[in-house]
Amino acid sequence: MKIQSVKDLENIRRTYARELYYPDSIKVNIGMAMCGIANGARASYEKAVKEFSEDSRVAIRQTGCIGFCEKEPLVEIFKSGTPRIIYKNITEDKISETIQSHLENKFKKDWILGQVRDPRSLIEEDIENPLDAVTPFKEVPFIEDLPFYNRQVKIVTRNCGYIDPDSIEQYIARNGYSAFFYALNELKPDEIIKTIRESGLRGRGGGGFPAGIKWATCAKQKGERYIICNADEGNPGAYVDRSIIEGDPHSILEGMLIAALAIGSSQGFIYVRHEYPLSIKRLVTAIKAAEEYGLLGDNIGGSDFSFHIKISTGAGAYVCGESTALMASLEGKVGRPRAKYVHTVEKGFRNSPSNLNNVETYANVPAIILKGAEWYASMGTEHSKGTKLFSLVGNIKNSGLIEIPMGVSLRDIVFEIGEGVVGDKNLKAVQTGGPSGGCIPESMLDIPVDFQKLTEVGSMMGAGGMIVMNEDVCMVEIARHFLEFNKEESCGQCTPCREGIKQMLEILTAICEGNGQKNDIEHLEELGSMMQKFSLCALGTSAPSPVLTTILYFRDEYESHIKDKKCPAGVCTSRFQQRGKEKSPCQ
Amino acid sequence: METAESTAIDYKELDEIIEKEFDLDKENLIMMLQAIQDRYTYLPEAALYYLSAKINVPMSQIYGVATFYSTFSLQPRGRNIISTCRGTACHVRGAETIREKLENMLCLSEGETTPDNRFTMETVRCVGGCSLGPMVKINDEMYGNLSSDDQLKKILDKYK
Ligand SMILES: Cc1cc2nc3c(=O)[nH]c(=O)nc-3n(C[C@H](O)[C@H](O)[C@H](O)COP(=O)(O)O)c2cc1C
Repeated sequence: MKIQSVKDLENIRRTYARELYYPDSIKVNIGMAMCGIANGARASYEKAVKEFSEDSRVAIRQTGCIGFCEKEPLVEIFKSGTPRIIYKNITEDKISETIQSHLENKFKKDWILGQVRDPRSLIEEDIENPLDAVTPFKEVPFIEDLPFYNRQVKIVTRNCGYIDPDSIEQYIARNGYSAFFYALNELKPDEIIKTIRESGLRGRGGGGFPAGIKWATCAKQKGERYIICNADEGNPGAYVDRSIIEGDPHSILEGMLIAALAIGSSQGFIYVRHEYPLSIKRLVTAIKAAEEYGLLGDNIGGSDFSFHIKISTGAGAYVCGESTALMASLEGKVGRPRAKYVHTVEKGFRNSPSNLNNVETYANVPAIILKGAEWYASMGTEHSKGTKLFSLVGNIKNSGLIEIPMGVSLRDIVFEIGEGVVGDKNLKAVQTGGPSGGCIPESMLDIPVDFQKLTEVGSMMGAGGMIVMNEDVCMVEIARHFLEFNKEESCGQCTPCREGIKQMLEILTAICEGNGQKNDIEHLEELGSMMQKFSLCALGTSAPSPVLTTILYFRDEYESHIKDKKCPAGVCTSRFQQRGKEKSPCQ
Repeated sequence: METAESTAIDYKELDEIIEKEFDLDKENLIMMLQAIQDRYTYLPEAALYYLSAKINVPMSQIYGVATFYSTFSLQPRGRNIISTCRGTACHVRGAETIREKLENMLCLSEGETTPDNRFTMETVRCVGGCSLGPMVKINDEMYGNLSSDDQLKKILDKYK
């Protein structure tokens, strides 16, 4: 069936919302994003399907991830008129008992994470909360009140964990594609752009360029224009884009559709990294479903607007996340960045005007169109509006994916949302911005997290990876780790980056091995500043950041490696200095 | 063990990939190479020559692409590819130790293949399962929260 009008969309919405919120059978939703699966969700799912296939009371379904990775596999069980209970760590050995006891109203209290207060997303305020008429369970906390969730505002992740990502109907049931239809029927292209500009939405791929300005510049160009989505997410420590794609792929397609309307494009591309097989699968399914409903293709919704999306995959090159390299790679070529005298919005893919945005950037768009620029701009800080997703990982108690308004302090993120460091260790630093970012010391945790502040302290927002490091982590070794990454990923075409990284890595390796020299720190700073000034692309200009920030904030660690030949955290001692002394069983 | 020379290429099947799946379109070169590699575990030289003539892209460029992107291999690989994640979150949670354990268990270093062709050892820069570090990816399966030899042994046993 092709959706021809808002009315068609409304009909689908009503039908499937009933199924989503008022199911007759007992619904068992199992979180099946990649991290859930790696934690055993697939095994739980298969076991549940096998055990309850004969039981007509029960329907087993997959969903994306509600972000609390630490507690996976996460399983939600409910039926119409009863509270929605989310169980934690439900591995294969516990799944049958969990469902069985739920059926018998003898809930496994210790296995419960919480109950849902309101399952609606923030673009569904036009319907009533399906749990309004339901008496909540006593003694079971609402998940919305848990420290991990109570500061979160779910715009981009509004559907993650609440719908089956492979079901376009469920996306529509939660008011999906209505922003697109509104834009198609009611807004002129420049009105869409105005809304995006006034919302203050900035690119979530790292650089933070205002999306509205990019769209406006691209829309002004002549000829065929392309809409491209950057799903290369190569930043180690970040899985923000993966979670969006695996939990709610249609939000990205809808964002791209709206961008295409605004900019005037009929062809889009999604560039996904090859290392995300499940993401690729989910996107393929989503695009196919959207085509079947006539939401992608020719004459969408009976209008004269046509838009197609093609998926292209990378092949393991971090630098291909950079805009010009990505476009070269899309053309089937080696992904080397070029100097940007001419911007890609003027001459990009196939030498034509191309608008590139990150996954999270596009996924923000539908809610902004529906709820307005003012609403979006009311969240965040002066120059960073809305929310940002972070993957909170490393030595942290509550690791997982969070979406919070810009401006929450690092300290609150780590100690309130994350509930602090694992075990009884002390916190040493929080790393943001991946191999282009820096390590922020404990003493500076009170900074509000936004684009400006992170840059001011020498780091950057990056893709949203936030890696918590305890006192056992050696800052020199971490700097070396990032440089090694940058060395392997440098495309090699410009000398400052290729040679600069190599020299810096040699010095750092010597320091880790206990062979540091007196002027090493100064040499590192000199090389770093040379690279910042002269490298061709942002990989090179930002590659020294992990080194320079650790020198700035943890200089004493460098000095004790160099002067006293000692690694205060004890990491280098075992990793570099004793290596080769113990024989491996193979030799 | 399979060697580069001994690989027999089925050109009909190759046509399926190049023409049917990817429309002879040069822009799809990277994806064509991926499909060829999925089929043969690596990129056989003969297949690349064939591809070059078919889509009219010089070998120099195909070789450039095949060596630029890290997922491509010009050498035959084993039936199962083990990739230890070297992302930062895994790194601070002990990925190096897991890598050493695996290397010792299988007597392999990075890039090598077991004599029986069962495993090839590789590393990957972040698979995005950071909350479960240290992680290992075997083919398309992900394994997280790894620590003990026993656990690793059980996982390896699943792959023949
Ligand atoms: C080395 C390097 C890697 C990058 N990797 C990514 C990436 O994986 N994903 C992404 O969205 N942006 C990445 N970027 C940023 C892009 O160049 C570009 O700014 C961004 O995709 C634009 O979208 P946005 O404005 O919505 O953020 C990278 C930049 C550099 C220099």
